[in-house]
Amino acid sequence: MAGPLPDGDQAPADGLFSNTEIQGHESRTFHAYVHIPFCKDICGYCDFNTYTATQLGTLKQSDYARSLISEISLSAEVLAKSGVAPRKFTTVFFGGGTPSLLPAEDLIEILNALSDQFGFVEGAEITTEANPDTVTVEKFTKLRKAGFNRVSIGMQSAVPSVLKTLERTHNPDNVANAFQIVRDLGFGTSLDLIFGAPGETIDQWRDSLEAAIALSPDHLSAYSLIVEPGTKLARQINSKELVDVDEDLQAEKYELTEALLAEAGYGWYEISNWSKSEALQSNHNLAYWLGQDWWGYGPGAHSHLGSVRWWNQKHPLTYSKKLESFVSPAAGREQLSEQTAALERVLLESRTSSGMSISDLVALEPAAGKKVPGLIVDGLIQGEQAIKGQLVLTVKGRLLADAVVRILTD
Amino acid sequence: MSPRAKTKLEPSKTPPGQLRNFCIIAHIDHGKSTLADRMLQLTGVVDDRSMRAQYLDRMDIERERGITIKSQAVRMPWDVGGEIFALNMIDTPGHVDFTYEVSRSLAACEGAVLLVDAAQGIEAQTLANLYLAMENNLTIIPVLNKIDLPAAQPDKYAEELANLIGGDPADCLRVSGKTGIGVGELLDKIVATVPAPTGNPNAPARAMIFDSVYDSYRGVVTYVRMIDGSLSPREKIQMMSTRALHELLEIGVSSPEPEPTQGLGVGEVGYLITGVKDVRQSKVGDTVTTFNKPATEALIGYSEPLPMVFSGVYPIDGSDYPDLREALDKLKLSDAALVYEPETSVALGFGFRCGFLGLLHLEIVTERLEREFGLELIATAPSVVYEVTMDDGKEITVTNPSEFPGGKIRKVLEPMVRSTILAPKDYVGTIMDLCQTRRGVMIDMQYLGEDRVQLRYTLPLAEIVFDFFDQLKSKTQGYASLDYEEAGLAEGDLVKVDLLLQGEQVDAFSAIVHKDKAYAYGVMITGKLRELIPRQQFEVPIQAAIGARIIARESIRAVRKDVLAKCYGGDISRKRKLLEKQKEGKKRMKMVGRVEVPQEAFIAALSSDGEKKGEKKSK
Repeated sequence: MAGPLPDGDQAPADGLFSNTEIQGHESRTFHAYVHIPFCKDICGYCDFNTYTATQLGTLKQSDYARSLISEISLSAEVLAKSGVAPRKFTTVFFGGGTPSLLPAEDLIEILNALSDQFGFVEGAEITTEANPDTVTVEKFTKLRKAGFNRVSIGMQSAVPSVLKTLERTHNPDNVANAFQIVRDLGFGTSLDLIFGAPGETIDQWRDSLEAAIALSPDHLSAYSLIVEPGTKLARQINSKELVDVDEDLQAEKYELTEALLAEAGYGWYEISNWSKSEALQSNHNLAYWLGQDWWGYGPGAHSHLGSVRWWNQKHPLTYSKKLESFVSPAAGREQLSEQTAALERVLLESRTSSGMSISDLVALEPAAGKKVPGLIVDGLIQGEQAIKGQLVLTVKGRLLADAVVRILTD
Repeated sequence: MSPRAKTKLEPSKTPPGQLRNFCIIAHIDHGKSTLADRMLQLTGVVDDRSMRAQYLDRMDIERERGITIKSQAVRMPWDVGGEIFALNMIDTPGHVDFTYEVSRSLAACEGAVLLVDAAQGIEAQTLANLYLAMENNLTIIPVLNKIDLPAAQPDKYAEELANLIGGDPADCLRVSGKTGIGVGELLDKIVATVPAPTGNPNAPARAMIFDSVYDSYRGVVTYVRMIDGSLSPREKIQMMSTRALHELLEIGVSSPEPEPTQGLGVGEVGYLITGVKDVRQSKVGDTVTTFNKPATEALIGYSEPLPMVFSGVYPIDGSDYPDLREALDKLKLSDAALVYEPETSVALGFGFRCGFLGLLHLEIVTERLEREFGLELIATAPSVVYEVTMDDGKEITVTNPSEFPGGKIRKVLEPMVRSTILAPKDYVGTIMDLCQTRRGVMIDMQYLGEDRVQLRYTLPLAEIVFDFFDQLKSKTQGYASLDYEEAGLAEGDLVKVDLLLQGEQVDAFSAIVHKDKAYAYGVMITGKLRELIPRQQFEVPIQAAIGARIIARESIRAVRKDVLAKCYGGDISRKRKLLEKQKEGKKRMKMVGRVEVPQEAFIAALSSDGEKKGEKKSK
């Protein structure tokens, strides 16, 4: 069950952009997100736009690559017609859903379409997410050869009871196997973890973290579980079948994460992301936080270009139908005003380890400067960094990042 | 029953012998307005087509709550044995807060219909008004209403009424305002038993003001009863208390719509319009005479009603302050008892300290402000007036707890009330316990009938204004009724309890309480606020203190996590909108130092009836 799309303006059928809408794109890098909205089963906590075979109606997974390739051609045409000079992709990210559910051939065909239409910059970061159960030497050898160079494995937890609460069906033993396969094939590696499943103890979380660290991935994401309205998990909590997520315990788990990962040599670069070195940070992930341009391909995918954000039709069937009739699959659009763009910039940049330049911040929010000393006193931002002119969150501040942004933009 | 009168007697020319002036004394809900409706219909002054329920209750609040706030007089013709009479029905407010107005209304009558619900029996408030009527030597006509109800026990309550006022239970009329049974007989009985007014038609005019109402089109409408002499249109009249002169622009009777007449003769009841805009220039209880032939002696002396209960009234949106001032100024035109002065509160901003006759008066005024003027208000917990004498002999009057002085205090006087509680005998123990915990001292206790008891207690008014009535009702399943009257001042062992949020005093939460209850109050208010104030980025201590001494302490733990983990598939819009929503929510917060306190926390912690109000609105 995916959450609702945002409210916005109707997107035009031809998908074209005005000169105002593309404003600002010239100085940005360009990225591609490819959404694969299929899963074998839907996990109880999941709010992503993804579907099991039975939920797809008449749509066949095997036809899906065709729709995506149509959108890729459309995007090149739309950008050219709207006066956006061609740019190569700096990163490509296949996410889901479960991208590894599609045959390697389909994934490669999509990647080739991106390459044909736009091309990739030298050393482009090309990632696919993978479910540990679907990683085989054969499949990933093909992917590696075709140009994929990074794999993010959905480990979530090392504790069987926690995986069960999350309704993750993969076998935890497969994580190490899958990890070994992709590492041996020369992929950059990342593990995704979730903390805070109802009933998860701090020691269980420590076990998961230690298991992940033991594999020594290049990169690690640790996401705090959010109970999204409308999910099965939300219903289970409402009906008291499961206990609610304790946000104080979540804070403790986050602090433990930071401590254990720092000890193991990982540095945080965004609230939920850590890497072994600066070079191993995910450029794709950073593109979101730094406000770069990206095109999100696939149903329900979100895009950002110049001063406009837009999002596609949510259901894969509607999405495909639009493309079949050569209509833009975009459902809604939002032109960012100067004020909302400023708020977003503070919201996004402040989450990163490089932080936000205080002089930029004050230029956007004149009142923010006066708030800085108070934030230092409260231990929410790093004093030394502030003196150097950067607003960088402390661990405490990372846990209260939304409050910090509200204070700064009030 | 007599037929409907075919003609009416002309006002100003009606001989006193054909006049009957009466009022109806009843408890809220005992059906006074419905009975009045039937009388209007039966006498033909309101035709069936234009009849609406509770015709005389003009204000929305009156009709909705089924209570009469302002009294009014209606003239009705009635034929008994071929002789036509003019009956003046003076509608009295039923509530204890308006006792002063009731007593003025009673002074305008010769008879009173004592209306009692045949399913419930007499209540404490009715008793108080009955005593007043008897003090005024009014002829009492006992009537049991709602005899159509299946639960009616007319025999039982007729007995009770006979015990109370003397006479035979059989003399007690049985009516139904709803169906109209017995209403004609009641009108006949009024003509037969209520004495005709007496007065000197040739003496200088003396008219007693028993009500004064502000009408936005016509200015102040003054209701009078002619005691002596007469008044005619275009005459110059004089208020005897202020010596102020007014031109009489219109004189007439209500029937029930205003009808201008050629004047008012001795014994008659009607209205005057002089063009004044403020009810304070036409005070209830004052005597009206003429400029040309003035009376020398005023009727019963006028006394200003004194506010008994005070509360701070603040607009929820600070920018509504000027509107609130204007609204109060307008209400004051029709409500002479309302007093107010500007006040500021650290927590609530700009508002007014308002004085009221009692709790119902407070509730009615705040509700009128909200309803008629579209304001959203917070009313702080009601308090009373304290007279504080300092050690150096300096005297201070405190109407707001935050003004309670520090330093050495010699004594504190607080207002007391004499209360009368009527209830079935099974609840005596419970009521005594309640009065005990509210510092009550029993005066006496007596049985009214077999199973009903009257308890009289002296209680500090401060103990009554908070939730005494609610407690009394809930502890007696709604059976007990309460009435009280002022009983002077008494010394009390009182202290001020302050509330500190992160070390900062929040004036709105200061309270003056008895020393023995200070600790319990401190624990209650700190505990309540701990529940109501959301967690902040830092720990917030909440303390209750008497002077520098902390008597209770709670703390709100710091919030540790306030961040969203990720943006799904680059859905930045959703995250930003969530943040914008949070920021919007913050605007409804009041800052106390660095602590964000939601408006709702103030409302819930301050208003004694926060929940009740919510219920009403949701209906």
